[in-house]
Amino acid sequence: MTSPAPERDAPLIRMRDVVKKFGATTILDGISLDVMKGQVICIIGPSGAGKSTLLRCINALVPIDAGSILVEGQEVNDPKLDKLALRRKVGMVFQQYNLFPHRTALANIMMAPVHVLGRNRAEVEAEARALMRKVRLDGKEDAYPGELSGGQQQRVAIARSLAMQPDVMLFDEVTAALDPETVKEVLVTIRELAEEGMTCVIVTHEMGFAREVADEIYFTDRGVVVEHGPPTDFFSNCRDERTRRFLSQIL
Amino acid sequence: MTQSVAGSVAERTDLPVLKPFRLTAAPRLGLPFTAQHGVLLVGALALAVFVGEAEAGPGVPSIPATLLKWTPLLAQGFALNIAMSMLAMAIGTVLGLAVGLGLISLKWPVRASSWLVTQFFRNAPWLVLLFYCVLLMPFEVRIGGVIVPLPGWLKATAGLALPVMANVAELVRGAVRSIPSGQWEAAEALAFTRGQTLRLVILPQCVKRMMPPWMNLYAIVVVATPLTSIVGVSEAMTLTGDILSSEGRSDLLVPMYLYLLTWFFLYCYPIARATVAVERRFAVR
Amino acid sequence: MTDLQPLWNWFRWLYETHGIKLTIFYDAFDRARFFNGFLTSLWLMALCIVASVIIGIVGAWIQGSRSRFLQALMEGYIQFFRNTPPLVQLYFFYFALGSYLRMTSPSGIEVPIITNFTWAVICLSLYAGAFNVEIFRAGIEAVPKETAEAAEALGYNRLGAYLHVILPLAFRISLPALNNNLVNLVKTTTIAYAIAVPEMLYVANQIWSDELNVTEMMNVLLIIYVALVGAVVYVMGRWERAMLIPGYTP
Repeated sequence: MTSPAPERDAPLIRMRDVVKKFGATTILDGISLDVMKGQVICIIGPSGAGKSTLLRCINALVPIDAGSILVEGQEVNDPKLDKLALRRKVGMVFQQYNLFPHRTALANIMMAPVHVLGRNRAEVEAEARALMRKVRLDGKEDAYPGELSGGQQQRVAIARSLAMQPDVMLFDEVTAALDPETVKEVLVTIRELAEEGMTCVIVTHEMGFAREVADEIYFTDRGVVVEHGPPTDFFSNCRDERTRRFLSQIL
Repeated sequence: MTQSVAGSVAERTDLPVLKPFRLTAAPRLGLPFTAQHGVLLVGALALAVFVGEAEAGPGVPSIPATLLKWTPLLAQGFALNIAMSMLAMAIGTVLGLAVGLGLISLKWPVRASSWLVTQFFRNAPWLVLLFYCVLLMPFEVRIGGVIVPLPGWLKATAGLALPVMANVAELVRGAVRSIPSGQWEAAEALAFTRGQTLRLVILPQCVKRMMPPWMNLYAIVVVATPLTSIVGVSEAMTLTGDILSSEGRSDLLVPMYLYLLTWFFLYCYPIARATVAVERRFAVR
Repeated sequence: MTDLQPLWNWFRWLYETHGIKLTIFYDAFDRARFFNGFLTSLWLMALCIVASVIIGIVGAWIQGSRSRFLQALMEGYIQFFRNTPPLVQLYFFYFALGSYLRMTSPSGIEVPIITNFTWAVICLSLYAGAFNVEIFRAGIEAVPKETAEAAEALGYNRLGAYLHVILPLAFRISLPALNNNLVNLVKTTTIAYAIAVPEMLYVANQIWSDELNVTEMMNVLLIIYVALVGAVVYVMGRWERAMLIPGYTP
């Protein structure tokens, strides 16, 4: 992945000194992060380091206590923020897929554009079918989530978020709940998205995948960004002791 | 070394061995209505009729004949019981859905008043509510320019609908809370409003979860309808009392009440079985 | 109760100025009989709760036995009491069965051997007991098989395992359903009205027939019952929370 031109203007997502506390515990303790358009960012770190919370702060599922998050220039922390407008720009895929079990795969993908964006149903259906072909699930349009495997459900979830035509996609450990055999099919889908130029912020445990796909890797531990850098530098010349310890445990 | 496989170690050794024990599973709810049971039931009925006829003295009609004589009247009364139960269930369910949505509202006053209504009508004894409605509701209301009479059974049905409303509200709240939070998150991430989320994602999933307890509630309403006899509604229970006093025979007491109990049993038992079947079917996650 | 006389006078004033007739406060006779009705209600509720829980425990034990006959008997008992109206059951017990249980008292008149209060307790306890048997059974079966096996591996015999391991867990699992059932029982005790048991509803009826203050009595009755049941719900809720095991979700 080549980085975008240096004279590119403001980053798509800009986080500065974000702090989030849950009761007495501080989950995020001053996170700063930049995501440029077209970049793929991977966030790695030990469990409980607040990575999922970080993602949820970006699309305002979780409010922050201090700091600032700018998405396309719009301050997320602003109490007057139009949350729905934000979520049309920012798509999110969850670890537990969270497909709506009472609707078919195709209906899951079509629901938001039809009901939220108010778009024409026939148009949306054509796009939804195209998306299902794209994630290699054509033929499964009328299947219910309960009839699909974990990997298939996750791909439907990705297609569902893509149907809103977001500017940036957030992936929250999307392969953590899958069997090893199905992990690959989901990773391939994400890589294809990244190659097409979609801005992605991916929280993952899959180091091999992160090394291949990311433009920039962030390592977080105990609510702070310990280190970040392009994958080549990061995996071979990490500077911080904590990073080295984490990498030695998992690689 | 103990082994749970019955008969292996215990048979091969003369050393003292702890016999395995297991929690015995009780038979699952309800005797199945198989053909075997049907034959038994018919046989028992035939025997009862035969004995009854044999015991009948001269000039005094036998008990089975008496029961048969009064069956059409009893059927009319029972029909009123069923009608009241269905009407109370319908009215209570509609109102309960509204109150249930109030219980999960984001606005504090709506939530608080819904909670008060639910607690009040869940805590009040059904008989007291019946008395209240029958005694204190007017016997006619003027709506627009039309005078609508309110017969006793209608007021009693209203009295039954109130606890149904409170219980359905509680069911709705419980069902909504049992939907995994991931569904709310996913809908929020797709920019659905709260109303859209409830209408398109949450409530359709709640219907399946609410079915078994809702069916159970209906069975409870059916067995509560005889309470209306106390407040003067002429349904099956009242008619039974009238029949017994008109016949004036003390040997008719046990058979007559058993007969009435059987009517209710034959109506409610299939509902109970259906509830278990629905529960099992919808429990597959 | 002389020191409460000013309070009673206030209620008399309420009647004289606003027409709200609450004789159960300012009239000594009505006050006494309503209070007795209240106590009778409480006593009825308490007896039924205790008896139905005992029936539930014994019934759950019988249902766990190996005899197919006993299991079928319990099943028949449960299905009968669950699928028939409690009021009709009450009439059956009191009028039908009761008609056979008469004896002649020394003065020569026929009196029932079992009073209407006792019949009410018997019938309501059997009714609630049927539900309790199922609740306790479900609780016992919800204890994972592995826990029972662990108890066995430690050397407990069947009774010991039940007493020290299975029943404490089963009890906590059944507690919510049991509390729900007991609250329903407390509400159902009002049907004793139908066989002239002098509990609160019955006495209130006598009072409003005498004093012609139906509206006031009905409102008071409703408030008292809701408060009473609400108190039972609250106590049960506190008990449930006190029995919670930290970190354990059955």
